[in-house]
Amino acid sequence: MPGPAALTLSPAALFLAPLAQHKGRLAVSVLAIALGVALGYAVQLINAVALNEFSQAVRSLAGEADLEIRGPRSGFDEMLYPRIASLAQVALASPMLEVDAKLPGRQEPLHLLGVDAFRAAQVQPGLIGNARADMLDLLRPDALFLSPAAADWLGLKAGDRLAVQVGLSEVSLRVAGLLHGSGRGRLAVMDIAAAQLVFGRRGSISRLDIRARPGADADALQARVQAELPPGLIVERPQSDLQRNASLSRAYRVNLNVLALVALFTGGFLVFSAQALSVVRRRSQLALLRVLGVTRGGLARMLLAEGALIGAAGAAIGLAVGYIMAAAVLYRFGADLGAGQFRGLHPDLHAEPWASALFFALGVLVAAAGSLAVALEAARAAPAQALKAGDEQQVFARLQPAWPGVALIALGVMCTAPGPVGGVPLFGYAAIGLMLVGTLALMPRLATAVFGLLPHPSGAGARLALAQLQGAPGQAAVSLAAIVASFSLMVAMAIMVASFRVSFDAWLDQVLPADLYLRAGISGDSAYLAPQDEARIAALPGVRRAEFLRIQQLLLEPGRPRVTLFARSLERDDPGRRLPLVSDVLTPRAGAPPPLYASEAMVDLYGYALGKVVEVPIAGKLQRFTVAGIWRDYVRQHGTVIIERELYASLSGDRNSNDAALYLAPGASPKAVEQAVRASVPGGANLEVGEPGMIRARSLNIFDRTFAVTYALEAVAVLIGLFGLSSSFGALVLARSREFGMLRHVGMTRGQIGAMLAAEGALVSALGLALGLALGWVISLVLIHVVNRQSFHWSMELHPPWALLALLAAALLLLATLTALASGRRALGVDVVRAVREDW
Amino acid sequence: MLVLEKLSKTYEGARSRSVLRGVDLVLASGEYIAVMGESGIGKSTLLNLIAGLDQPDAGSIRLDGVDLTGLDDDALTILRRESMGFVFQAFHILPYLSLAQNVALPLILNRVADNEAAARAGAMLAAVGLHGREASMPRELSGGELERVAIARALVHQPKLLLADEPTGNLDPDSAAQVLALLREQVKTRQAACILVTHSQAAAATADRIVILTAQGLRETG
Repeated sequence: MPGPAALTLSPAALFLAPLAQHKGRLAVSVLAIALGVALGYAVQLINAVALNEFSQAVRSLAGEADLEIRGPRSGFDEMLYPRIASLAQVALASPMLEVDAKLPGRQEPLHLLGVDAFRAAQVQPGLIGNARADMLDLLRPDALFLSPAAADWLGLKAGDRLAVQVGLSEVSLRVAGLLHGSGRGRLAVMDIAAAQLVFGRRGSISRLDIRARPGADADALQARVQAELPPGLIVERPQSDLQRNASLSRAYRVNLNVLALVALFTGGFLVFSAQALSVVRRRSQLALLRVLGVTRGGLARMLLAEGALIGAAGAAIGLAVGYIMAAAVLYRFGADLGAGQFRGLHPDLHAEPWASALFFALGVLVAAAGSLAVALEAARAAPAQALKAGDEQQVFARLQPAWPGVALIALGVMCTAPGPVGGVPLFGYAAIGLMLVGTLALMPRLATAVFGLLPHPSGAGARLALAQLQGAPGQAAVSLAAIVASFSLMVAMAIMVASFRVSFDAWLDQVLPADLYLRAGISGDSAYLAPQDEARIAALPGVRRAEFLRIQQLLLEPGRPRVTLFARSLERDDPGRRLPLVSDVLTPRAGAPPPLYASEAMVDLYGYALGKVVEVPIAGKLQRFTVAGIWRDYVRQHGTVIIERELYASLSGDRNSNDAALYLAPGASPKAVEQAVRASVPGGANLEVGEPGMIRARSLNIFDRTFAVTYALEAVAVLIGLFGLSSSFGALVLARSREFGMLRHVGMTRGQIGAMLAAEGALVSALGLALGLALGWVISLVLIHVVNRQSFHWSMELHPPWALLALLAAALLLLATLTALASGRRALGVDVVRAVREDW
Repeated sequence: MLVLEKLSKTYEGARSRSVLRGVDLVLASGEYIAVMGESGIGKSTLLNLIAGLDQPDAGSIRLDGVDLTGLDDDALTILRRESMGFVFQAFHILPYLSLAQNVALPLILNRVADNEAAARAGAMLAAVGLHGREASMPRELSGGELERVAIARALVHQPKLLLADEPTGNLDPDSAAQVLALLREQVKTRQAACILVTHSQAAAATADRIVILTAQGLRETG
């Protein structure tokens, strides 16, 4: 006896039951949506939490300040402080010296703030926290206070000592206490005078926070203060710092989010192919529902609801997985997603309701959109015809006319022209999406054109296969779309990564010409080589030539990250030999400002151009330079300029350096020279020493690790493509079961039908791979010349990995043909008798 | 030409069902018979056994002296390809092939040269009243016209035996009468034997003789 459940019919059963019949396909569709949602949600959560923490840190640092003055990383003259403090509208000014202190034996620096305790207590009370109780300690020259996070990180407590590297020497400071209430970041606070003394920055401050008098017009005060400032200093609202830091990681975040959207897109595509198959299977059942009184709209809504249900399941799983991923990333890497922008923040994770709702809705929408074409077609079908056998092929007959595809591609091409929006290559991404969707929409026409050109094969199976593809391009288009979508994305990423890697490798060759490299400290700005250190190194036996590099950070525009200044020796006759130039070299005419070599980011962000005279603030004065060359910088995406070191030293008085490149005498051993450097230079043990081969290998290793995720995504794209092919081919085979039945009646063997399906699979796959290769190549151009350039402001040469692509295409052709054949097993085992019988 | 002896078929399952029991039939070249019987009695099963698409439990089927029950699937397929033609109720014309290509299908499978296949398909289309429609696509045709194409396809390779299962089931009475007349004319012209399975008295009346399939076997009606 059937149970009560078998005797009742709930509306949900109408669409839940069919979904449950194809658990495998359902699971893959759900997982694809889940992957996209998880990736996007995790990136969003991490970023939101990191920005929130950073915002708190900024608020804690800014305290009750209305304005803050910032300038070069190296600081500016403290005499500005009394001048600003005496302005009528200024209630209070609090000077600060910020130093990223290099800690011996550690990669990450400690952010150290030198403050005037009495001023800071009024402007930044949260920063000082309980240190006010120990105000005397805060004034001692060797004492510092650590935030709890910094104390945890360093494993120190009150009374312990902390060594910081100044130049190449170590200075020991006493931990006077912990800064409870100073926020959650890693930082240290000490007296500003002590900090100036310890770090050799006497007379220099790096920040001045201003509190306006009550009732003062903040905008007017900002303009008034700006008028007082020397070149290179900027007065801005404290929020600008947040904006600047957010922009540091924006390109990285956006690119990760786009990867998430790609995953979502493929998920939607899978839902489409799975739903197409499902609707073919249920065509007569759906027609029956229409006959029994379900309206067209009702049927379309039911099928859309099925897609949405798949999306909801995927999105729910994706949110959970995304949360776990975010928690794991925060635990393992902190909040910087590996990009190094929010180093030191270890915040707690909170699920954000709006972000959860947004990504859930995205998952549902994408899956519903995947069902849309199928749902509309099913609703359009005439019930009387659909009830009869043999109507299944109509599902594939009316998918896309040609004009939307052409229009989308044309729109996509137009989208490659505009620049970034808020630093994000939105139009570039839109161009890729439009070209991809447009090409997919053109599949039926492309299939007709290409298959129409092929000569008639001799075998009956192959001949029928070709006739089928020529006569029913709409059917081939569904399978083609699966291959084209996955292969083009794979090709695009492969070409982009290969081009980047080859260009990066060549770039490393050019920027690492010396035999040995020394660095005072990989991170932080308290480590440097003093002139006497340079002299000792240059005089060492085995050193043929030593070149030293000074690195400074300049603030050119409010809200933008600092620009890096390289002061180094340049070969006047042939600077291109030592610089990875992408432009001609211009020799400034007599009397023109001296040469400056700008990275491509300076062109994109600040409008620098070859021959243009630009002004750069050095030591509080605007200095004029002629842009003599544009070079490629694969390390700094926010802009770098190079000037002659001697000129820099004469303008700034700064004769220290950060890095050294040593050219060794013939026969000299790099190891022996390294040992000599460490032994002869005081504090030499603190130097980072590397041979070019080692630096190059480490750099390429980091490159490959960074792009490992793209290789994984390429593999996923291929699997999804094959799955889509399997689904669409399965649907086709099902739709054509009556055809196979008739063919078996009139004398085709199972082998011939198998050969026919294999030929169809091979032809469709070959065309799909060819189109995917062409589309992928075009998308890679957009990635390289638009997305990458606008995101990171560096160019690269095109280096398609043809051999790899050919191998992949051959392997995929074989796999796709086998997939098509496997999907056609149903046709080979079709019940010949039942296949040709009328259904009513 | 076709001899059935003591043919039996039972479908196994939860409820075993015997559909044919001791069926005997002899059919000569050029002979056109109609098989009638109530629904579910096994008419279509009889056609499937004769076509080699299903295997009997007992008895034999001999076509020109060859016992079909002893042949494997490939041999049966080749036999169908060369010696049989089929007309279905739902036409089963491939939508992506032109009318000439649909009709030429059995010739292509029998490795007839392209030119000859095209000429014979054209002639066959003309014979069923579709002269000049070689390049037309199936979607341009009415149901009656599609069934004419199906008849042309069934006879183009000059089979010894034509099997037609309710060929006029989807047609209006006028179209059905025309198709049946055409079928008879072509069968007689080409001296093929034909078995027509139908529920329709009018359709059966076009045959040389009518046999009724019953639970006890085939019974001649006159």
